Amino acid sequence: MEDNNKNSRRKFLDKGLKLGLATAIGGIGLSKITSKLNAKTNNKSGDEMELMTTDGTLIQVDSSEVMEVKHSEDHDKKYNLREGIPNRKFVMVIDLAKCKNALKCQDVCNKHHYITGDHAWLKVYKMQEDEDTAPYWMPTTCMHCDHPACVTVCPVDATFKRRDGLVLIDNERCIGCRFCMAACPYSTRVFNWSEPDYGETSEITMNMEMKHEGHNSIEYTGMPSIVGTVDKCDFCPHTIKENKLPHCVTACPNGVFYFGDKYEDTVTNGEESVRLSKLLRDKDGYRLMEGLGTKPSVYYLPPVDRLVDFEDGIKDYKEFESVDKPE
Amino acid sequence: MKASEKLIKDLAPRKFNKAGVIWTWTLVIISVLGIIAYIDQVIKGQVVTNMNDYALWGIYISNFVFFVATSFVGTVTVAVLRLTKNAWRTPIVRIAEIISLASIIMAGITIMIDMGRPDRLLYLFIHGRMQSPIIWDVIIIPTYIVISLLLLYFPLLPDLAILKKHFKKTKPKLSKWYGKLSFNWTGSVAQKAIQSKSIQIIAILTIPAGFMLQTIDAWLFSTLFRVGWDSTNMGAYFISGASVAGIGALVTVVYVIQKAYKLEDYITDYHYDKLGKLLALTCLIYLYFNINEYLLPQLTSKKEEITHTNVLFTGEYAPLFWLVTIGGLIVPIILLLFKKGRKPLPMFLIGLLVVVGSWWKRYLIVTPTLLHPFLPIQGVPESWHHYFPSLHEWTITIGTLAMALLIITILVRYLPVIPIQRTADEQALLETEENKKS
Repeated sequence: MEDNNKNSRRKFLDKGLKLGLATAIGGIGLSKITSKLNAKTNNKSGDEMELMTTDGTLIQVDSSEVMEVKHSEDHDKKYNLREGIPNRKFVMVIDLAKCKNALKCQDVCNKHHYITGDHAWLKVYKMQEDEDTAPYWMPTTCMHCDHPACVTVCPVDATFKRRDGLVLIDNERCIGCRFCMAACPYSTRVFNWSEPDYGETSEITMNMEMKHEGHNSIEYTGMPSIVGTVDKCDFCPHTIKENKLPHCVTACPNGVFYFGDKYEDTVTNGEESVRLSKLLRDKDGYRLMEGLGTKPSVYYLPPVDRLVDFEDGIKDYKEFESVDKPE
Repeated sequence: MKASEKLIKDLAPRKFNKAGVIWTWTLVIISVLGIIAYIDQVIKGQVVTNMNDYALWGIYISNFVFFVATSFVGTVTVAVLRLTKNAWRTPIVRIAEIISLASIIMAGITIMIDMGRPDRLLYLFIHGRMQSPIIWDVIIIPTYIVISLLLLYFPLLPDLAILKKHFKKTKPKLSKWYGKLSFNWTGSVAQKAIQSKSIQIIAILTIPAGFMLQTIDAWLFSTLFRVGWDSTNMGAYFISGASVAGIGALVTVVYVIQKAYKLEDYITDYHYDKLGKLLALTCLIYLYFNINEYLLPQLTSKKEEITHTNVLFTGEYAPLFWLVTIGGLIVPIILLLFKKGRKPLPMFLIGLLVVVGSWWKRYLIVTPTLLHPFLPIQGVPESWHHYFPSLHEWTITIGTLAMALLIITILVRYLPVIPIQRTADEQALLETEENKKS
């Protein structure tokens, strides 16, 4: 009984497979025939065309056989929000010797990212390692680590690492557990504790309506901010996509920020372009908390041979405020 | 026959007296207040809490860790005492199972309170990624809830059948429910064989599940870089801490139930003495891991570590730290070493101390670490340098604690808190042994 059953099942499978195969072959054959028929219907217009093949030889073809083909969609060339811009690796160099706490970087960042919370994405720290060493100003952005601790711990893939080096947040996905904030050793992440208070008639709201009609778009990853989700410095993907520099780089009056491509080995601060490897070698570039193994994409040049006095920055230093409240 | 009737009468669930009713309604009111506060938080956003970008987790998380820890009591008492064949556990196992179930259910609920976007809860299942410790929690907590439920339910089956019979005339409706829940338990040999085998399997399963639960909870912290969390000690530290919190809670609840139901014949000084020794043992183990956790960083004196330990030893959190360490751990150990310390009333007070200490201990694990990040705190409002829970946070947290007690209260009201069948079996066994002797 059981044997019989097995046999019949086997037969059924066998027949099914054969039938499927036959159909597939038949289908392919049919489509071939129809395409040939199609080609034959408007056969021989009499016009001959000269074309060059990819290896450089000239051939003559009847013009009726020339058809327009669609470009194959090359995944490597398509801009995909989660994949990033292909074949690029964005890095930043921050020259601490030049920073005098002008805070233009922070102002422009707050403005263009519509930051309304109490914690700016870009901060300038008043640093002093030791009593015996000189104090200096240290701007920090998101480090866009190559081993990002935040991405490792995100339970829902809301924060992700792109192939072009950027670490971004999908705030339509974020569940607000703040595990990434606890994971980040650079305290770079901020949380939208309340509904972002843009103000209805403010420039921000109007800009937002014009630019992305109130929706999140690829160019403006993670914007506008959404209550209950995490935000952070995004390396301005909306400007680098248009081959422009991030806002902080262009806004800095002292040329502190250099931005560029590690693969091209060049970075620029908008005024001068330099070799990244040479710059890091000559000026002893380093990364913050290298020992943690996070592999940041942001390099620092030590605050040596200072061109400016540390004291000059004190007047702009605000211990408790990094974001101006909208009027 | 008379003895068994008395037994059933003593142990069958009874209506609450006036104090019991007031207690229950108080819990209901506190729970409802908590729910109202939570709804307000959902509407306004977590701005109603005092958390900020630095103190990004607060008492929601420490309360969650406390619940997870307390739920460990099912593992330590029921499973471990069963496998080590400690017969004295009989009158307290059911209470332990009830606490375990209530705590783990509340742990699952409290962790959701901390979410910024509770509306996206399902994303954890749709987009979950195995590399995140939160997903490990998402897997282990429901697993532990199921195991705790089964661990409570399977040994209950014969008792439910007894209660069905007992309430047949007096409360037919209730009796019907007991009957349905008892799955037609008749006490036949085949049924008993299946039951005891199932209980054995679940009891053994509870141990790895409980250890995993506590360890994952510890790894939520120790997988991060922060000073005070980045410690290899964390897993064992949390497991031993959970034993302390769980047994502390058990002692307290056992005392209250014993007094409320007048169960002095069943839960005796002997049981308190044994429980006291168990609590002392777990406290000692926990103290050992505490020393590992705090003393070694102090000795190696790494700059960041020493900032952290100084905040605890002499700084902002020193009063709380020493209160928790001395009041919640060292004093109980000393008192429990004496026989007088293991009498019912002292045990109850020690249990309370341990539970309160355990709760604040979790606060000390979560909060101070967050307030000492690697880069200095600058450019944020001054209030962000500190953290103390807001009214919303307190209301919600106390609400969750009340809910846990409410679950325990309801289960105690409708279930026999001391296993009837097993007590009867053991008494019969004792009698036959005595008969043999005489």
